[in-house]
Amino acid sequence: MRAEGNRNGSGVKRLLTSNEAIAEAVKIAKPDVIAAYPITPQSPIVEKLAEMVESGELDASFVRVESEHSAMAVIHGAATAGARVFTATSSHGLAYMFEMCWWIAGSRLPAVMAVATRSIGAPWNIHGDHTDIMSLRDAGWIIGMAESAQEAFDMTLQAFAVSEVVNIPFAVGIDAFTMSHTAEIVEIRNAKLPERRQAYRILPGMEVAVNAVTMGEARMKARYDLAIDLEKSAEVIERTDGEFGSYGGLVEKYRLEDAEYAVVMAGGWCGDAKDAIDMLRDEGVRIGMLRLRFIRPFPEKAVKELPSEVLVVDRANTGIKGILGMETAACGVEVKNVVAGIGGLDVGIDDFYRLFGKFVDGKLEKVEWLI
Amino acid sequence: MDLSPILSEATVASAGETGSWRNYRPLVSSELCSKCGNCIVYCPEGVIFEGVDSVEIDYRFCKGCGVCREVCGQKAIEMVPE
Repeated sequence: MRAEGNRNGSGVKRLLTSNEAIAEAVKIAKPDVIAAYPITPQSPIVEKLAEMVESGELDASFVRVESEHSAMAVIHGAATAGARVFTATSSHGLAYMFEMCWWIAGSRLPAVMAVATRSIGAPWNIHGDHTDIMSLRDAGWIIGMAESAQEAFDMTLQAFAVSEVVNIPFAVGIDAFTMSHTAEIVEIRNAKLPERRQAYRILPGMEVAVNAVTMGEARMKARYDLAIDLEKSAEVIERTDGEFGSYGGLVEKYRLEDAEYAVVMAGGWCGDAKDAIDMLRDEGVRIGMLRLRFIRPFPEKAVKELPSEVLVVDRANTGIKGILGMETAACGVEVKNVVAGIGGLDVGIDDFYRLFGKFVDGKLEKVEWLI
Repeated sequence: MDLSPILSEATVASAGETGSWRNYRPLVSSELCSKCGNCIVYCPEGVIFEGVDSVEIDYRFCKGCGVCREVCGQKAIEMVPE
């Protein structure tokens, strides 16, 4: 993948929400087929893409479907025939397409999906947390989490390049509203994506059965191969990130070099948490952040290099624990774990400052909920 | 990347001849069968074909679900234990 600078080597700066930034990136990726069903807060992504198709700016088939299950089924079918494909969803939409998410991953088809991460009911809630996208983590997808509109733009383009090399679908997560509907300055850079490639294509006239019934041996092998290839995709993610974006690969290390205390987080709220880290740094506290840019493959190597005092702040839970807290602990790291910001409950700079202060003072329980 | 679990011949999947799973075998009476084709359309495995005197079933893949017997207007199909 290669960045194509505009005239002076850089891109055009525009004021865009993360939703709009993703739509601009998709336009540059030139997908053949887009299928989507509207759901808050993702809808502006595909509305923008629909406008681009309508106006002729983007030469793609936009398939209007009656459900998210069909959206994923359509891009699954199109990808099988060799089309570059995109969809976007959130929350209940992701829940509704959950089955097909497993099919497209198991079929080893490249695809890109944006997820504007939103709480899943009940009770009814349209606001941000990471409950929805975390449910994808067993399905065999690459799962990235952007922190800014710029990163959402860059990661979406990286997603097409990575997915089509490793034959694994790629989900790009952006936080509901704080990113999806919040405008930031984004540098729109043209990119030269390689030609679409994939492990196999099924075209009319071919006599072949796709995903016919298997017994345990074949299914086990397919699942093992996918798990191994998902781990190996880290190399491709890091290489592609180096070519276009340079965020640090699977993780971003923020003020970690000499840190005694480390905070592990993912997503849009990391920006506010970094401000709180800066405040504590000004007071002489050696604290930093490991921002997980990817949930799958999980950045195990970077997690294992953390200092001994680790706090994981989660926006999604499994039982009483946070999901990233559990994942980090599974790498053999002793963690304190806080679950916060569910259903869009605001966690601001001051909240992070107080929370991190409590962590540094050794006053946090093993697992706490910031209610 | 090994694609063999995903892609297979159009007729024999990696699970092999699934007819071995069958507990009941559909038997077609050539006297009663009118070759209307209803069972051909309804067979979920697509393993019933038009024969000379009656429809014919590919027992290598018939799992014995009995849908053909249910949809047969002539009551020409009987399910017998294997």
